[in-house]
Amino acid sequence: MRLDQRLIAKMITPGTRVLDIGSGDGTLIDHLFRTRGCDARGIEIDMGEVTRSVAHGLPVVHGDADHDLAHYPDDSFDYIVLQRTLQAVERPREVLRQMLRIGRYAIVSFPNFGHWEMRLKLLLGGRMPNTAVWHTPWYATPNIHPCTIRDFLALCDEDGYRVHEWMAIDEEGDRAPWRRSIRLANLFGEQALFRLGKGR
Amino acid sequence: MDQTVIPSAVEHTRAVFPEGLALDCGTVLAPVEIAYRTYGALSPERNNAILICHALTGDQYVAETQPVTGKPGWWGRMVGPGKPIDTDKFFVICSNVLGGCMGSTGPRSLRTVTAGNGESREEPWGTDFPPITIRDMVRAQRLLVKQFGIDRLFAVVGGSMGGMQVLEWAATYPDMVFAAVPIATAPFHSAQNIAFNEVSRQAIFADPDWHGGRYWETDAIPARGLGVARMMAHITYLSEEALTRKFGRRVRRCDEPTTGGNTPGALSTFGEIFEVESYLRHQGSSFVRRFDANSYLTITRAMDWMDLGMEHDGDCAGPFRETRTRFCVICFSSDWLFPTSQSRIIVQALTRAAANVSFVEIESDKGHDAFLLDEPDFDRTIQGFLSGAAEHAGLFRQTSKGL
Repeated sequence: MRLDQRLIAKMITPGTRVLDIGSGDGTLIDHLFRTRGCDARGIEIDMGEVTRSVAHGLPVVHGDADHDLAHYPDDSFDYIVLQRTLQAVERPREVLRQMLRIGRYAIVSFPNFGHWEMRLKLLLGGRMPNTAVWHTPWYATPNIHPCTIRDFLALCDEDGYRVHEWMAIDEEGDRAPWRRSIRLANLFGEQALFRLGKGR
Repeated sequence: MDQTVIPSAVEHTRAVFPEGLALDCGTVLAPVEIAYRTYGALSPERNNAILICHALTGDQYVAETQPVTGKPGWWGRMVGPGKPIDTDKFFVICSNVLGGCMGSTGPRSLRTVTAGNGESREEPWGTDFPPITIRDMVRAQRLLVKQFGIDRLFAVVGGSMGGMQVLEWAATYPDMVFAAVPIATAPFHSAQNIAFNEVSRQAIFADPDWHGGRYWETDAIPARGLGVARMMAHITYLSEEALTRKFGRRVRRCDEPTTGGNTPGALSTFGEIFEVESYLRHQGSSFVRRFDANSYLTITRAMDWMDLGMEHDGDCAGPFRETRTRFCVICFSSDWLFPTSQSRIIVQALTRAAANVSFVEIESDKGHDAFLLDEPDFDRTIQGFLSGAAEHAGLFRQTSKGL
């Protein structure tokens, strides 16, 4: 399991109801069910992944964050997880709003566009940066709404979400997560992970 | 077309319920007989039963030779030892629907009528058979399930009209259904679905051998009308790609008359017909040997009336509030009779009801019939969902001797 998924799993209380948006091959929901006794379900846009997940006995629905969250009733889950997808949805602000309507907590991870390598490549090369995390050329990228950690915090502030936990982590995942300073995290964190709740 | 009347000599396994059944239309139908087949063994805990619901023209012979046609069971690929619905683990029940013509009480069943002179005799129900609904079919299946001493089915599985029954099961008896697999189906018939069915029905009514539905009196059956109904319906079961791949525009020699036998083959001027015509004629003529016209009318009407949201102001989520059933909705990309959009309505309704639902659209160019054909992703989905559900149900934790 990827490091960010392990960190997400640690944020989730055993025995709770979890909806994983963009559940991929179902690794996280399988882990949550088997090791934490969660009622974990998934939404996934890639039909091949959905079929594989369901064929492994995991409850996954074909759908996407932009269009299908509206059907879920208020407060039907404890946690709504969105892994590395916020930057690729059509309306990230609306997706966050839906997540916190459906669930008590929203757990969001996204690649940090404020990472020093991005800044440096754009500054020195004058072209869209290409890194291990942001590896698709500008014309082919699914990431239509890239943001930095500080951008994300500003949105949470504007929309009145409370940040219960946050951390910046490296893509490879060996080094300790950045925790102390938002400014440093924004510069050195390749990925960010947040647990949000309603209200400040 | 061949006008052979279905051999009535075939004995079907039946359960008889003398107390009968109160139908949605208000009539009490008594007695009720339900013909069924079972496969595998019921566990001592009686918790491993899977009910399979058949489609419009299917029957209870799901995984064995059909005694009338001599053909293999309609889902033999899916049901059996080691197959996706594994009869080494599960006890599979499949019954002929109420209103059917393969042994269950239906329009061809005999009833006692009293003539004006006080004499009573037996004759088929025919068009006097009361209108039934998909829920009535499910009620009849419930009688059968209860007779086996089963309080909760592990799963109810079915495609097309069978899928409608699956939805009605989960809606009407939620505590009796642990897992539900509605396949290539809809929560209600669309106007297009009803339109196709109406064409089928009109073809039957237009047959000179129809005789107002009392065709048994003339020793004939409305074979041409029923055959045309089947041909038309069969087109809706396939996709354009499937028809093109299978037949294209190929032609073949035709030495037989092309219509019901009375009119010579007016259209086969060159002694040739398209392969696809020949195929449809074969479908039509083999169908009339095994199916009853009044049953066809009764059952297509039941499908047309199906509407899960009807009693909930049109909200299909209504019947599923508080449900604890695990659902797996499956559809096929090229199915235009029960398209993916219809399955999405089911999924969205279940989502609104906060139900535990999985949803897969299988990529296939075989149209609606894909659920009866070889689609490995489909098999994997069914098998995986059932084994995941079995884990949640706590089945097979210890190796029981009975399994």
